Amino acid sequence: MDLKLTPLYEKHKKLEAKIEAFAGWSMPIQYEGIIAEHNWTRQSCSLFDTCHMGELIIQGDPKEGNLDSVLTVNLTNMETGKCSYGFMLNEQGGVIDDLVVYKLAQDKWMLVVNAGPLAKDEAHLRKHLKTDIENISEDTAKLDVQGPISREVLRKLLGPEINKLERLKYYHFDYFSILGERIIISRTGYTGELGYELYIGRKRAEELWDLLLSDERVRPAGLGARDTLRLEMGYPLYGQDMNEETTPIEAGLDRVVDFEKEFIGRSVLLKQKEKGIKKKFVCFIANSRRSPRHNYKIYVDKKEIGFVTSGTFSPSLSCGIGMGYIDPDYYNLGAKIITKEGRIKIEATITKRPFYKNGSLKN
Amino acid sequence: MNVPDGLLYTKEHEWIRIENNSGTIGVTDYAQDALGDVTFVELPKIGDTIKQFKAFASIESVKAVSDVYAPVSGKIIKINEGLLKSPELINQFPYENGWMVVIEIYDEKEKGNLMSASEYKKYLEGIQ
Repeated sequence: MDLKLTPLYEKHKKLEAKIEAFAGWSMPIQYEGIIAEHNWTRQSCSLFDTCHMGELIIQGDPKEGNLDSVLTVNLTNMETGKCSYGFMLNEQGGVIDDLVVYKLAQDKWMLVVNAGPLAKDEAHLRKHLKTDIENISEDTAKLDVQGPISREVLRKLLGPEINKLERLKYYHFDYFSILGERIIISRTGYTGELGYELYIGRKRAEELWDLLLSDERVRPAGLGARDTLRLEMGYPLYGQDMNEETTPIEAGLDRVVDFEKEFIGRSVLLKQKEKGIKKKFVCFIANSRRSPRHNYKIYVDKKEIGFVTSGTFSPSLSCGIGMGYIDPDYYNLGAKIITKEGRIKIEATITKRPFYKNGSLKN
Repeated sequence: MNVPDGLLYTKEHEWIRIENNSGTIGVTDYAQDALGDVTFVELPKIGDTIKQFKAFASIESVKAVSDVYAPVSGKIIKINEGLLKSPELINQFPYENGWMVVIEIYDEKEKGNLMSASEYKKYLEGIQ
């Protein structure tokens, strides 16, 4: 199958990015180097091409149209201009996808979903919803501007609308004029830093990319740094840290689920809350520079108690970090575990997320 | 990609600089570029025996773990301890400060299984 190209593909080639397949797309993994891009995001400001992600527009009353029962997010109490993180679950409570829902207007929503599951997400929505669904992913470009000075960077581009941006609270969005277009900017991201996600028509993506990079404080960053940045925050990656066999309870994300309302999968989740779970999400920090990696096994003494779903070298902490699932009986903060693969053995300590605690996220 | 003359190369992208009976071993510029940022290096111990084309060390980058294979057989007589603290030396100076080990070569004839700089350059053209 041919890989899909984002509207910024030629830009990445010109920048001599390392380009690899990700979720059916040809995506830039790194430009200068993962660690340099990671550190630049933590210190200054990075620009990410996230055009591979999906955007779905849903119109209609969320109760009558069923959107409210398809998502774990409480839509009835949500204000226009707010974003909310949540899940689409199957009947068994397994995660079909994690997503961010934007309330664009009364009875108008935008779901921002992962690239890999987009087709199954759309099919699931079409099966359950009685309202209109429009997949605008092909026509929509998404650029992430992330880093402690990202607000300063956007200030230069926005002119009088900067006040609107200054007022924008974490997990809120508004409409802005850039390049003569009306675009959505939300104060959201996947890095743990102050940052914004910009949605613009596909045809203007290259111009916006160039405009943002014309500020020398902004550098491009690839999916490699995106992964190390999100891992330092303990943010899960769909398809790797959770899937249809994982519930939000097992993934340790019950706090983002609204149990006050009815939704698909709720009864299974409630049962797990009451009776317990068989696997529990865990974060751990290695006592060396070695990185725990996907599918390494987790041991306590000689007993296998779980597996690693994501791991990396943490550029901010200069040691290995990871996340995975273990038998809940062994879950104790501060407990020692060993991750193993072949002759590689990495000692680690169970800890809480986030690994990196100095992010500018809420500045 | 930088491929210095005077060294011998393997298909797995290691190099060896042979002087008298000893050989200094590292990974090539192509290898360090493909690995990306190196974050950890596991080296053998002094006195260990390594066998031609068998794994004797491993390099971890942000993205992956890769084995490093011996260009020729021999006994480890020196290891680059600088890599334990600064594994990025492999990215910065793959042919100089990023060297990994020095061995005492067991059998000079094994050289015949390696590529010269010009042969390795051709080999790289074939895989790029």
